[in-house]
Amino acid sequence: MSGRRLRRPRAWTTGIFVLAGLFFLVPMIAAFKFALVQTSNGKYGFNNFTQVVDSSSIRGPLITSLEIAGITAVIVLVLMVPTVVWVRLKLPRLSLLMEGVTILPIVIPPVVLAAGLIQLQGHAPSWMAGLFNSPVTALTPFYVVLALPFTYRALDTGVRAIDLHTMVDAARNLGANWPTLLWRVVLPNIKTAVLGAAFLAIAMVLGEVVIAEFLLYQTLPTEMVQLGQAQGGVSTALSLLTIWFTFLLLMGLSFLGSRRRGTTTRARFL
Amino acid sequence: MATTVAEQAAAPIGPAAHKRRGGRRVRGDWLGVVPFFAYVLVFMGLPLYEVLHGAFTNAHGGLTFSNFSATFDYAQYPAAFKSSIILSVWTAAVGAVFGTWLAAAVLTTSPRNPLRRIVSSASGVFAYFGGVPLAFFFIASLGTTGMVTLFLKNQLGIDLYAHGFTITSVFGIGLAYCYFQVPLMVILITPALEGLRPQWREAVQSLGGSQWSYLRHVALPVLAPSFLASLLVLFGNSFAAYATALALVNGTVSLVPSQIQATLNGNVLVGQTGVGLALGVEMIVVIAVVMVLYGAVQMWARRWQQ
Repeated sequence: MSGRRLRRPRAWTTGIFVLAGLFFLVPMIAAFKFALVQTSNGKYGFNNFTQVVDSSSIRGPLITSLEIAGITAVIVLVLMVPTVVWVRLKLPRLSLLMEGVTILPIVIPPVVLAAGLIQLQGHAPSWMAGLFNSPVTALTPFYVVLALPFTYRALDTGVRAIDLHTMVDAARNLGANWPTLLWRVVLPNIKTAVLGAAFLAIAMVLGEVVIAEFLLYQTLPTEMVQLGQAQGGVSTALSLLTIWFTFLLLMGLSFLGSRRRGTTTRARFL
Repeated sequence: MATTVAEQAAAPIGPAAHKRRGGRRVRGDWLGVVPFFAYVLVFMGLPLYEVLHGAFTNAHGGLTFSNFSATFDYAQYPAAFKSSIILSVWTAAVGAVFGTWLAAAVLTTSPRNPLRRIVSSASGVFAYFGGVPLAFFFIASLGTTGMVTLFLKNQLGIDLYAHGFTITSVFGIGLAYCYFQVPLMVILITPALEGLRPQWREAVQSLGGSQWSYLRHVALPVLAPSFLASLLVLFGNSFAAYATALALVNGTVSLVPSQIQATLNGNVLVGQTGVGLALGVEMIVVIAVVMVLYGAVQMWARRWQQ
């Protein structure tokens, strides 16, 4: 490893860093510059950025999206943490099936899922029809499905990194029941992975547009698309803020991952 | 104190006890995964059932294949498939080549270099969560009044738009897709690149081989299966993607997802929903073929991962 570090940079590495820098940073700089131009007077300023918070047409969808993100993260954790622990503990043969099932939401095109949801909206079973009345109850259950690929892998990596069998046997010997064991023994030991899974679910919700757009619900990403037609500056400012926020989430995640053992125990997905 | 005693007591008997328990209560153990599978069955299974059911049903509720034959009879649908596939092939190829190159360059830096963390986080953002914002970045740089467009025109005398370039064409959308294809490749290929052992390079060197012979006889053959598998994922990713195109052109481009949207909105003809759902089923078939190929390549790749 140390030999690797001493090597001086060569043309092919410098070349791709310059290329990648141009390819990825120039559009972001262009977007930033564009977002700084104020529509009112054509001068540079932060009007478009403050609009994101002030404008009532954005605040509504923003709150909707944040609500969906929070609830999705909670549901996905409540559903997945016990399942992942249980599979690892009792049904290790099932992990291949779990991996297969949780990859499906990434493999199925969002358009197809959205098309199916439009149909479902039309003739849902009575207990489900009520869900479609508000964007939060309509989108959250399906965003949980879309978040599965990310959260399953994050949690699975976390659970694999601890000696689950010993921990569980020790806790059981001391008389802990299953809920206590999950809450007080397993959860504190995989809290990095749990936090990571929650971050990924939140990032997923803040980026999803196709399903919300097809079902005609207003969320932050669909509002961004609509604003793009009339107020490009505000919409670009909103894009930048979303990307930076997501970047910070994932950055935080990478720090969480490496703090515990001094190595990079990241989710296999990232 | 109690914990350490318990751990000591549990450690030797733990695995054996677990095996015995697993054998006896295996039926009860399945109950633990029921909530997960029930959830997936309802919230993923129902919409998928609706797609399949709708694709094979006519206006009167009878079984029909006319929706599928319609997707071949109207010229716009085969054309959309053709341009979607061409778009996916070239963006996957571009993404794979530059993504591998970038990932390899990042791995030559020190493991403590902050660049690594930044590239890996940024790759995650762009590859999975960027959809709509990427479209606006693209408009701000390469749109008619974009920064790069104006720079090329005013400083270098190259007028992109005079040569027929637009960001709302299929080619323009493809360029925007590269913003998530390259980072996705970085994420997918990095583990394979990390799997290249330094000893292999040293072995080649000590046998008098050059850098080129190391690449040609060791690195490339070892990486080939992972590269191919990632290429397939990139193809599927681009084929299924729609968010960026939606934000760029809002549903008026010859790509399969936007054709589906048009049929569902009743933009083409009222009552074409069945055709849209048939297109959806065909998309799944294409993706399924890609996944089968991916599985085959993965089996081949496993040879090197032992």
